[in-house]
Amino acid sequence: MTALREVFSACSFFGLLMAAGSYQLAREVNRRVGREILNPLLFATLFCGGILVLTGTEYAVFYENGGKVLEFFLTPATICLAIPLYKQFELLKKNAAAVLAGCAAGVAAHIAGCVLMLFLFRMEAAEYISLLPKSITTAIGKGLSEELGGYPAITMACIMLTGLFGAVAASPLLRIFGVTDSVSQGLAIGTSSHAAGTSRAVQLGEIQGAASSLAIVVTGLLTVIAAPVFAALVQ
Amino acid sequence: MKYLREAVIIMGITFAAEIVKFFVPLPVPASIYGLILLFILLKSGVLKLEQIENVGGLLLELMPLLLVPASVSFLTVLDTIQGMLLPVLIMGLIGTTVVMGITGRVSQWLIRRKDR
Repeated sequence: MTALREVFSACSFFGLLMAAGSYQLAREVNRRVGREILNPLLFATLFCGGILVLTGTEYAVFYENGGKVLEFFLTPATICLAIPLYKQFELLKKNAAAVLAGCAAGVAAHIAGCVLMLFLFRMEAAEYISLLPKSITTAIGKGLSEELGGYPAITMACIMLTGLFGAVAASPLLRIFGVTDSVSQGLAIGTSSHAAGTSRAVQLGEIQGAASSLAIVVTGLLTVIAAPVFAALVQ
Repeated sequence: MKYLREAVIIMGITFAAEIVKFFVPLPVPASIYGLILLFILLKSGVLKLEQIENVGGLLLELMPLLLVPASVSFLTVLDTIQGMLLPVLIMGLIGTTVVMGITGRVSQWLIRRKDR
């Protein structure tokens, strides 16, 4: 195992190949079977995490040898969400009321959930505040948590779990809730699970991707406005 | 060479977004500034869709893969949040489900009511 660890830390393509290879492996399996039985993001996460744990390799080795290359492209990829947004803008403009109301209802439900947790777990103020920015994109959420006096580490963990879960579970959840309208599907994904969920929405369709991208921005704004008010509740 | 041309344009927008982030003291990521900037460029006609469509489409298609490192790092931060693990799990799983359902149903109800 020690030898394996040394090999891993010496090979600069170790992390990149593991992440991209396992992701592609899941896609191959899906293609052979003819439907999606493995979620590529979830499979790649568990595969890479599993290898790291089994060999006792530190996350930093994975990150330095490939992980950070992938993360590097996340900013331009997120920026490119403007493409579906631009293509479908007329449709979204036509449904502006539904966009605003849908995002606002989602943010309200999320904050109600945080308040419920505050009482249920008798949380201290900083813990409760850490949960408030969980549905928004990482950088805004972390900054907001710091500013309001939360624990950024807890906020980060919550945001990551939210995004991963949203990206993995979006399709079955939307089916269960009976959300079949393309715009609504996108709004639901973007409002609940930010850019990570949106990566999934883009695959469902261009309209879903566009609505989800818009929901990231609208939900981010609404949360930045609402979170300080509800943080003041415990101060 | 069209791919390189497209890639350079997207890099330029990303760099411009990073410059905005450097000068504006708000906790907003460069990606959000860039998203808005690219949208304005497309909408105003300064930039044509064809000038970025191929590389942009590739980046969008690869996006879930780009999230793998962040997802793996979630597994590593689990022990730093020990005491808060249960609330974080509840909010991350049940909270996300509820928000998705409510936003989806509310917006769908409004859209269908209007179309009728």
